[in-house]
Amino acid sequence: MINKFEIILSDHLKNGGNIISLLQDTQEAFGYIPREAIDFFSREMDIAPSRFYGVATFYSQFRLKPVGQNKIVACCGTACHVKGAEKIINGLTRELALPEGEDTTQDGKFTLEKVACLGTCSFAPVVLINGTAYGKTGTDALLKAIRKLGKSK
Amino acid sequence: MNRGIVVRVCMGPAGIAAGGKEVLDAFQKSLSEAGIPAEVKEHCSSHQVGCLGLCARDVLVEVHMNGEKATYQYVKPDMAGRIVREHIIGGAAVQEWLTDSDYEQFYSKQFKIVLSDCGKFDPEDIDAYIAAGGYEPTREVLTTWLPDDVTDEIKASGIRGRGGAGFPTGLKWELARRSKSDQKYIICNADEGDPGAFMDRAVIEGNPHSVIEGMLIAAFAIGSHKGYVYIRAEYPLAVKRLRIALKQAYDRRFLGEDIFNTNFRFDIQIKLGAGAFVCGEETALIASIEGQRGMPRPKPPFPVYSGLWQKPTVINNVETLANIPYIIRKGAGWYASFGTERSKGTKVFALTGKIKNTGLIEVPMGISLREIIYDIGGGIEGGRPLKAVQTGGPSGGCIPSKLLDLDVDYESLARAGSIVGSGGMIVLDDSNCMVNMAKYFVQFTQSESCGKCVPCRVGTKRLLEILERITRGEGKEDDLDLLEKLSNGIKATSLCGLGQTAPNPVLSTLKYFREEYVAHIKEKKCPAKVCKELLEYFIIEELCKGCGACLKACPSKAITGEKKKPHTINPDLCIRCGACFEACKFRSVGRE
Repeated sequence: MINKFEIILSDHLKNGGNIISLLQDTQEAFGYIPREAIDFFSREMDIAPSRFYGVATFYSQFRLKPVGQNKIVACCGTACHVKGAEKIINGLTRELALPEGEDTTQDGKFTLEKVACLGTCSFAPVVLINGTAYGKTGTDALLKAIRKLGKSK
Repeated sequence: MNRGIVVRVCMGPAGIAAGGKEVLDAFQKSLSEAGIPAEVKEHCSSHQVGCLGLCARDVLVEVHMNGEKATYQYVKPDMAGRIVREHIIGGAAVQEWLTDSDYEQFYSKQFKIVLSDCGKFDPEDIDAYIAAGGYEPTREVLTTWLPDDVTDEIKASGIRGRGGAGFPTGLKWELARRSKSDQKYIICNADEGDPGAFMDRAVIEGNPHSVIEGMLIAAFAIGSHKGYVYIRAEYPLAVKRLRIALKQAYDRRFLGEDIFNTNFRFDIQIKLGAGAFVCGEETALIASIEGQRGMPRPKPPFPVYSGLWQKPTVINNVETLANIPYIIRKGAGWYASFGTERSKGTKVFALTGKIKNTGLIEVPMGISLREIIYDIGGGIEGGRPLKAVQTGGPSGGCIPSKLLDLDVDYESLARAGSIVGSGGMIVLDDSNCMVNMAKYFVQFTQSESCGKCVPCRVGTKRLLEILERITRGEGKEDDLDLLEKLSNGIKATSLCGLGQTAPNPVLSTLKYFREEYVAHIKEKKCPAKVCKELLEYFIIEELCKGCGACLKACPSKAITGEKKKPHTINPDLCIRCGACFEACKFRSVGRE
């Protein structure tokens, strides 16, 4: 892991102005920001870990916990909201039996993320499953796709 | 140009979501198999812009041949073969797949400046942009104008910031020009955080060079040598196209040192936003570029005096900057001839929600809401009655249907209790609950509040709690007065624009739809049947055939009943998800 952190850090100037892009690259590589990464960067750059945590917890893009094998992104933008996004999200949460306050299933198979807006409002409500967009969709079609993924490894 | 046959496939976000890539592949395959000398290429991410624009009909495909254009709508990959065979080889368009007459109506009331070139060429091809006159305005300005000429021209055009606040762009540039400093910055704000808006995304994906040109001209005007584009990481395609465009501009020496053989130099760097609505606020955006939590600071000093790294900084929205080359090319007078007395030019709106023709539109300022909704938008989906139009996103308000003849410009919308904002326009029908809408927006601003100042951090939380209480049926009689008082307090005392505008959705719905609030509080009813705690599901025995569809659909096992006999719903087990309501083909599930 440390090796990977070194490579990521080598792409950046070691100053506080680059914390966000550093964390973005880390998340790109690992799917989340491991605690070890923050400790490492903090030591190497001589910047307190709290600065990193401060940034990582402020921006919604960053996650501090590993992401599931399959990533479901549900859009909560206004257009999706008025077309029933809430109902879809409730349906997905029930199907995945997500523990209270968690976004990833216990077996690590699925992560359900909610985002503010994907900018594809004409296809509301929109859900991405592993990057594939399901637009103007009902819960049923999504559940089908998710159950299929659940059966595969 | 191979007999001049061009097939343009819409490949913007909605086009891709609808399968644009697959359609493009299918055309390429069909064409290569048929051995047709046609040029099939991505038609700029133009689907939301330029000639395509009508996202609701995606995937849109244009076939240009023999100087004529035909547009196909709802194209699927398996349709490519027949279009190639009958239209491109046979010369006869496939009539039943072509767009119909109201497709033209979608465009007839629009007037495109920012989007005028979007969709005409491949956004990844700088030569196509140059061939259409691109970078000529920059050359002219850099080689023959003085910086003051530029600020004068932009002031004369009357253009105001398209990001939401509507500050006069020329004045902003002039203030920054007069600020004395060794270093000044230009920032393009492409952190389009408003949910329900995708104008900036469309402009960058459809015509990224126009934004670069706008930045160059702004930089020359104020005397800056360094620019940033702060763009959302959630827009990967826009980021990609911008990167390509920047590289091309550097290769042609439109960026870097000695641009157009003058001694003017300018560099542009991309900064990816990490997801924070508050970063649309200028000082928060600056903090974010500096690598900090995106929290605003008090103004003054304004960024034009002390911004990024404490240097004079101009922050302009994508759409504002993309207008600049067109203003230079055609003149301030031409631009100012569109719009109203105080709102000049055109504005791009993302028209979405319960409307037939969802998509991206560009209209002259001052057009009426009615023209947008009915002439361009084609009316309400499913023929339901229009209830309201939400503009300005979480900082805006809901305009009721009775104000449909309102002119759309900065002043009129503000008078009606909303704002133009960045350009989201969401149409609501009678199945949308206005209390729920207010709750939705406050939920959003509450979770996006940076937490720095008390009125916003604590005030929006309390607002949300009251709204939640009302939608649960636990509202109190004096809640409405409390909402108003609290809202006005938050508006008056918050540090930045986020808090100052966060109560707008509450105040505007209270103003126009007070009776809906009252129904929630007094009668414990949601007239639009949205707030689920106030709904009760039941089976209408006379209509129930006992098919068991509802029983299967129910996730909480609240429905029981024998086959072919009327079923029943146990209200204690029912979680009011509405699954049975949707599953029943006989309309035998009722809700009150």
